[in-house]
This record gives sequence, C-alpha cells and structure tokens, in this order.
Amino acid sequence: MAQFTEERLAKVKEIIARYPDGKQKSALLPVLHLAQEQFGWLSSETMDYVAGLLQIEPIEVYEVATFYSMYNLKPVGKYMFEVCQTGPCMVRGSEDIIEYIKQKLGIKVGETTADGLFTLKTVECLGACGYAPMMQLGKHYREHLTKEKVDAIIEECRRNAAANN
Amino acid sequence: MFIHIDNKTYTVKAGKNLLEACLTLDLDLPYFCWHPAMGSVGACRQCAVKVYKDENDMKGRLVMSCMETVTEGLRLSIEDKTAKAFREQVIEWLMTNHPHDCPVCDEGGACHLQDMTVMTGHDYRRYNYKKRTYTNQYLGPLINHEMNRCIQCYRCVRYYRDYAGGDDLNVFAAHNHVYFGREKDGVLQSPFSGNLSEVCPTGVFTDKTLKEHYTRKWDLTMAPSVCNHCSVGCNTIAAERYGQLRCMLNRYNGDVNGYFLCDRGRFGYEFVNSENRIKQALIRSRTNEAATESEIMEHVQSLISMSKVVGIGSPRASLESNFALMQLVGKENFYQGISEDEAHLNRLVVEMLRSGCVHSVSLKEIEQADAVLIIGEDIWNTAPMMALAVRQAVVKTAASQASQEIKIPVWLDSAIKELAQEEKGFLATLTIATSPIDDIATHSWHAAPDDLARLGFAIASYLQPGKIVNTDFSEALLDKAKKIGDALKKAKNPVVITGTSCYNDNVIKAAFDVAVALNTGERKTSFSCVMTECNSMGLAMMGSPSFSVANENIKTNGHATAVILENDVYKHIPSANADEFFNSCDHVIVLDALHNATTEKAQVLLPAATFADGDGTLVNNEGRAQRFFQVIPNTTSQVQESWRWLKKLQTLKLHTLNGHALHPDDLLREMETALPQFEGITNVSPKHDFTIHGEKIPREPHRYSGRTAILANKNVSEPKPFNDGDSPLSFTMEGYKGTPPSGVVPFFWSPGWNSVQSVNKYQEETNGALRGGNPGLQLFKNKSDARDLFFNDVPESFVVAKDRWLLLPKYDALGSGELSSYTAALKTLSPQPFASMSTGSLQALNAKDGDMLQIVDAGIMYGSLPVKADENVCDGVVLVTAGLRESMGMSWGTRVQIKK
Ligand code: SF4
Ligand code: SF4
Ligand code: FES
Ligand code: FES
Repeated sequence: MAQFTEERLAKVKEIIARYPDGKQKSALLPVLHLAQEQFGWLSSETMDYVAGLLQIEPIEVYEVATFYSMYNLKPVGKYMFEVCQTGPCMVRGSEDIIEYIKQKLGIKVGETTADGLFTLKTVECLGACGYAPMMQLGKHYREHLTKEKVDAIIEECRRNAAANN
Repeated sequence: MFIHIDNKTYTVKAGKNLLEACLTLDLDLPYFCWHPAMGSVGACRQCAVKVYKDENDMKGRLVMSCMETVTEGLRLSIEDKTAKAFREQVIEWLMTNHPHDCPVCDEGGACHLQDMTVMTGHDYRRYNYKKRTYTNQYLGPLINHEMNRCIQCYRCVRYYRDYAGGDDLNVFAAHNHVYFGREKDGVLQSPFSGNLSEVCPTGVFTDKTLKEHYTRKWDLTMAPSVCNHCSVGCNTIAAERYGQLRCMLNRYNGDVNGYFLCDRGRFGYEFVNSENRIKQALIRSRTNEAATESEIMEHVQSLISMSKVVGIGSPRASLESNFALMQLVGKENFYQGISEDEAHLNRLVVEMLRSGCVHSVSLKEIEQADAVLIIGEDIWNTAPMMALAVRQAVVKTAASQASQEIKIPVWLDSAIKELAQEEKGFLATLTIATSPIDDIATHSWHAAPDDLARLGFAIASYLQPGKIVNTDFSEALLDKAKKIGDALKKAKNPVVITGTSCYNDNVIKAAFDVAVALNTGERKTSFSCVMTECNSMGLAMMGSPSFSVANENIKTNGHATAVILENDVYKHIPSANADEFFNSCDHVIVLDALHNATTEKAQVLLPAATFADGDGTLVNNEGRAQRFFQVIPNTTSQVQESWRWLKKLQTLKLHTLNGHALHPDDLLREMETALPQFEGITNVSPKHDFTIHGEKIPREPHRYSGRTAILANKNVSEPKPFNDGDSPLSFTMEGYKGTPPSGVVPFFWSPGWNSVQSVNKYQEETNGALRGGNPGLQLFKNKSDARDLFFNDVPESFVVAKDRWLLLPKYDALGSGELSSYTAALKTLSPQPFASMSTGSLQALNAKDGDMLQIVDAGIMYGSLPVKADENVCDGVVLVTAGLRESMGMSWGTRVQIKK
C-alpha cells in the first residue's frame, strides 16, 4: 500500500502536533494536500491511509475530501485547466472558452485526455473577476482568456511536457 | 411576552425562536431543516419572514425565523410580499433538481416537500435545464434510498450522527452534487435507522418494509397503538389496509418516545400478517378440527367445570386479558406465566416503585438528566429508546449548562455544539459486557452481576456512610465508588437505571440503594428498571405467584385444566419443566395469536388478537398504563381479544346474562375494584361511548379511497363499516374532524400539513406535550411520606467455579424479540446464536474460538452453539444470545455445565 515518504511523515506529525490532544482531525486538510502532492490524487486507499494516520473513521475523510473541489478523487492529467464558470466570467464568455477547450482537446468537463496530459475542470469564482474570463493552471492564474490564448497555453504545456520527458 | 405578527398581537413563550412561536400559534410557516428535537441550523432558508424595527419601519429586513429569538414587542410579518416571494423562490431552486414524479414516490401524500411547495405557491418551472441525478445505495432491508429526491436540508445526518450517534451515514461533496449516504452500499448499522423515514422531509429515505405492501397514507386505516417489543412502551400508530398491517409509524408522546422509535419497534410488526397466525379455533380431539364459536364455548365450558382450573397469565398480554383470566379461574388459581426467578425480580421492582421513595422516571426526564448511572442492564439492546434518551442526556448536558452561562438559546444547534465541543455529561455503565452505549460513557466497567452489585452498594455506602453495614469492599472498589459517587453528587437530576436481564436481585437492590442514597433534599433522583416484556410490569403489579408455583401445585394436587394466555411457556422455563407441567394437566386450553411450542400442547386452541386486531392496556416499566386500539377490523375470522374469549366463558360459567355487551371499560372498572393497585386505570383513555358533538373519531383520513370499489365484484353497494363498540374510534372516514383527545389520536394530519410534520399542530407548544396532556397514566405516585426502603444485602464477590459457568443472556437490539423475528427483514439482521466467554474460561474448558459447545443444566441438554472469545466477558460467565429458538427456556442467572 502507498505510504508517505519519511520526510512527509515527519511533516504529518508536525501538523498534528499543532492541535490539542484528541483534535488530530483538525490536521485533515493539510495532510490531504500532502497526500495529493505525493500521489497525484486521492484514491480511497489513500484516504483510508490518512484516516488511519489521524485515527478517525474513513467516512470522515471521504466527507471532507469530497467537499472540496481542489482534492482530486480521480487521477488527473499533468496539466489541469480549472476554468471559472461563475457569473462575471460567464458574462465575459467563459462558456465559449470551456466549449472551445472541450473541442480542442476532445474531452468533456471532468475528463482527462488519453495522453494523460490535460484535465478540464470547471470551478466557481476564484476571486479574479476583474480579469475575467480566467482559469487556474497549476499555481498560476491565466487571465483575459481568448481562443488564441487557450491555443497558446495548450501549446506551451505540450512543449514543457516534451522537454521534461 | 407579546409579539406582533402581521399586525395582530399574540402572547408567546420567551426563549422560543420565531418559527416555533409561529407554529405554536397555529400559523402556517414553511420550514425544512429545523426539527423540534434537533433545533435550528438555518440551512434551508425556507422559513424566511420579515422583522421590523418598530411600527414606523415600513421596509423591514428578511430573517430566518428559526434563527431568531422572540423578543418583547417584536414585529414580524409572514405575509409580507418579499418574504413570500423569497420562500417561493427557495422552493423553485430546490425544484430545479427535484424529480416531478410524486405519483411513483413512496413519500407522496405524506410529504413535507409537497406540503411546502403548495404552501409557498411555487407551481411553474422556469428552469430549462437537466436535473442532476444520482446513483442510489443499498442501505439494507429496512430503509430505501432515492437520492434524487434530496433537498439538502441535512436533517438525516444531523439525526443519524448527532442525535442517534451512528457513524456510517454521512454527507459527501458539496453544492449541486452533495450526497447523503454511506461510504458504499451496505446495511445501515444504527438500530435507530428507521427514523430516517420520518426525519427526511422528502422521499430519499423511506420504509422498505412498507414497499412490500405499499399504501398511501390517505388510504390507511390508522389507530393509536403501543409498541409490543420491549418494556419501554413507545407510542405507535398502527396502519392497516385490506386486513393487512402495512406499517408502524411514530406516535408522538412527549413523555415517552417523542418523535422516534427503534427499529425493532418500527419494523417488528409483520408477525401480525404472518402465515403462522392462528385464525381458527380448534378442538384437537375432533377429526374435523374447525369448530364454531358456540361449539368451542360449550366444549371449553365442560372442560373447565370438570376439574380444578389454573390460569397462566402472560407478560405480553394486556391487563384486560390477564385480569379476565384471573376472574375466570379465581384469584387463587391465577399465576404469572414466568419463572420464579423472573417473577421474584419483578415483584422486587414493583415493591421499589410502589414505595414512592424515588421517582419512577420517564424517557423524557431521562433526556434531561445531568448524570446517569446504569447498573447491570444493556439498555442499548433491551430498551433501545431508553438508550437513545440516555444519549441525549449525556450529549446535551454540557451543552445546556454552557448555553445557560452565555445565554445561547438551546435550539441554536450548531452554536451549542461548538460551545460544548466534546464535553459530555456524566454516564457510568456498569454491565456484564460491552455495549455500544459505552462509547459515550465516562466510566465503563464490566463484571459479573454480584460484583456489579457490590460496586453499587459501595457507591450507596459512599454517598451515605453508615447506611450499609458489613462493608468489606476492596480499596479498588471503593476508589471506583468514590469517583462515581462524587460525579453523581454534583448532579441536580441524576438517574439510576437497572434491569432484570442479568437475573440478579442484588443488582437491582444496589441500584435502588444508590438512588435512595442520592435522593436528598438538594437533588431529585429518579430510578428506572428495565423489564423483559411490554406488560411485565402490569402482570407483576397483579401480584400473583409464578409459573413455578403453579407447576408445584399441579404436581402435588393433580387433576387440573390449564388455561394458558398468550404465553409460550417454553420460552420462560426449561422444556423439561414445561413438559412435566403439561403431562400433569388433564386438559390444556391455549389462547394465542401465533403457533408455538405451547400451542402444540393445546387440546383447545383459541385464536387471540394481537395488538393490531384488538384493544387493551399495557403498563410499561415506568408504571405508565397505556391503551392500544384495534386497527384491523375483524369481519370473518374467529380472532378476538383473549379478554373477550375469557369474558364470554365466564358469563357462560356464571350463567350471567348472555349477550351482555363487552368492552374494556367494564373490565377495567371491575379490575379497579378487585385490584386497588390499579386505581385510575379506567381513566387511561376516553370511554367507549365518548363522542365529540355526537361523533366518533374516524380511523380513516378524509381522503380514504376505494371503499366502494374494493368489494364491487361481490356487491356494488358499499358494505357496512365494521362497528367498534369498544372505543371512541370508528372504522370509517366520517366523524369528528378536529383534534381528538391525546390518547385517541389515530394519525397526525392537519389542513396543509399532510406529512408527519403536522404533529406540531397537535402539541400545546412545539416539542411540548400533546394538547390536553400526553397520554398514559402513571400508576406509581411519589409519596412525601414514603416508607424508607433500603436494602442491605451486599453479596459476596463472584467466585469463578471450576466446572460451572454463570449463564446470562445477551440481547440484541433487533434480534431478541419473540414477535419481531417474524419480520423477514429484521430476521436477516439478527445475530446467529452463539455463546461468548473470556479466553480464560475457554482455556479452562480446553476450547477455542469457534468450537461448538453444549450447555447442560440440571440434566437438560441445550442445542450446541458456537463459542466466541470475548475479552469483555469476565471469567466464569457464559453469555448466550437471548430470544432465539436455541436459547428458549434457559435458566438464566444460574450456574450451568458446559460440554465440548
Ligand atoms: S436526504 Fe432527506 S433529510 Fe437528508 S438532506 Fe436530503 S432531504 Fe434532507
Ligand atoms: S424501545 Fe422498546 S417500546 Fe420503544 S420502539 Fe423500541 S422495542 Fe418498541
Ligand atoms: S467569476 Fe470568475 S473569477 Fe470571479
Ligand atoms: S427552517 Fe429555518 S432555515 Fe431551515
């Protein structure tokens, strides 16, 4: 079974120690992030493992992990397009952008391309309405999206992936 | 205090929230997430109203009425245009995803969502997109799951997890894909899961057993009833259609079960419809077995005039039936149909409660206790609803204390939870083995009954030094006693709970002593003793000798005819003794509803009514007499209440007026005269001739359908409804339409409120007593001049014997009922018979986990059982699953031999 690396395990202990005795459940969110960092996504096996570490019931981990859209409960591609679909972005054409990405990559929302490179996800307001329509890619925002910009982003990702291989 | 609602002035009770205030005033205000037993979380936004600063404020502001407390002079509007539009919009949002297929939904016709949709006026879908859909889960044989119907009110998880302490149901995800269910398919583990069907305001969680013979609420004939499956006596509604019992629903009683039932109570009804029912009287010696009533009566009459007659009563038969038998055979020939061991314990409990020294506690009062001590009884499994009440006490004590300090209203659920965190009230469980209720206990200790009793006496002795003589308690025991004693001393309303199921009188005496020792001026202590069956208390109060005495008498005097009332004797005493008894009887006459080992022995068998086809009164373990009413009209078979059979026989015997009208009222009046301990029993419910404006109370709702069509193949004119001369209820839809007296409420239904939520309209205030007071009559009175009852019999410590094991029953919340096992769904969930022993005991026996063992007692060999090693069972004790065929008649509480 998948386990944390020594280094991450030490980190988990450190996080748990931030909370009073018996309140180790409070460490759940950061520990899940650590797990996602290491395993890429949260399988039920991973979540059961986290439950064991925190001495809580697996169902309590599922409750939390399913609540947040930033935890991936399915394997995701190397690059994840999280396109904002809330009002302001929608008014500025997010629907067209989403449609365009779908066509261009041949996937539906929530799916991953066959080559494992791209996942398309829609999310709610990311607080960058002033730059709508926008999406999040990794740790960065990509703003004022247009079809051309989308093309460029996809190209850039493909290039990076090839370079890293 | 005064508040103004839509410019009218009303008086309301301080401390309530606006929603509760409006509902109490009988005003219609929609809501979803608020639940009277669980308080408010403000999640659904359905209960919006406008409040105004003062009479000059024309604008007002929208608030959620369930989240604001009433204040003096407050002005609010339900009718305000914005508020109304807001509420309508909430439904419109919910409806974007809710299916439009009420006709195929089990909730339809009794659905809070339907009611609220109509109440808010939403009627036209403007949203043109697809509805989200979910995959449903298999949740076991009791509860059906249809997630598409969810409106995200969160009541289910709040009930299942917070209120009932379950951990296998939860909420997943968020927004438009939020999901309420288990982590994967599987049987819901809580023995209180059935309440989801009433807690959920839509058709997500529904009664799966009802699905087998589904009927809409409006087509049900319903009657007030009382649960038969344990000594707690929860109030139920029994619901019938076409001669078949369709389902059991909760019947609110603010003093007993409140809004909930346990799964044994809710689903254990199918025995009424069982193939195994006795429908026809029979005389065994005759070739043609079926006999007419008059043949039977004559035959029985000749039998009982031939020899001496003994009557064997029953802890599961009504007071009326037991008393009618006593009348027929004479007081000196009437016996309780239970073993001497059990009868002895029951007598003790009656003596304790009759003394008036300590208060006999109701479930409602248990919920409000601030410390609970349980000695010797696994209430989770023997009296499930009492365990749920204890849970409320423990979980809510800290919260309510904290809320008083910082003045947060008790109904503000999430704030209170935040405040209390994991703080809990005091609970000590001193039992023979672990129980799920230990999870919330401050102290749990598992030991043999005598050792539990010793700890009890040690606590009593610590509380009132000197009261108990002969104290040779060990240091360790005294230390435990001190810890528990100190916690109990701090409480203002402590409750001590015990029970008869470990077959040890010392345990009960010790528990009682603790209660008495605690009951000093500054605190009100209450006491409760769980008994084995729904009328164990009623039977015990009649004060007759046990079956064992009957057996001795017959053996010495010979020649007797036994009349056995609704009792499988083999369940209560070892089969050899029962055989011996039947062999010494000249004739055996049995009245019962289902075939069993005893009915096999009957020369004459009379078909008795169950709770569903007859009327009667039961006394619960608290001493509360409660009346149940017939719901299945009986037009064809010979089935009738045992008391009616017996009373008819008696009138024959005494040559009294034939055709004399018989109804429970007369019987109860005679009983009150003959047995003064039942004083007041005639007032438990309105009399049979009670009417309101000359009208009876209909068992059928005003929308009952099909009554002219159902028999149209035989006769196009409608058959005459079955006439009920026994009660103020009628078997029709015509009659008094207002709120009936609380004891005879056949169903909860109010204009605009078709679902169970209509119960608000039957209460004096939300979550309060039913209008006119909760039904039932407490037969034990607290006495100010109570005789000081106190026991001093500290037993010796339990000693493990080399080749003898103390045999004790292990109960199961779903599986231990004689009657509930007829429900196929419950049967699949009940445990297989097994014995459990400590590893030490197993070593002594040279046996290992999984081996088959045989219990031998006084020469009787019982069937072999697989043994499980259980660290929580103490050495020298063997626990055997109770209530199953394999463990019938075992002499619990005695030392038995065990063979490999
Ligand atoms: S399943 Fe029922 S109780 Fe639970 S949130 Fe949905 S509607 Fe409410
Ligand atoms: S607690 Fe007892 S009386 Fe109440 S519903 Fe359950 S079995 Fe019936
Ligand atoms: S609406 Fe897209 S960032 Fe706020
Ligand atoms: S009932 Fe008030 S918000 Fe749900």
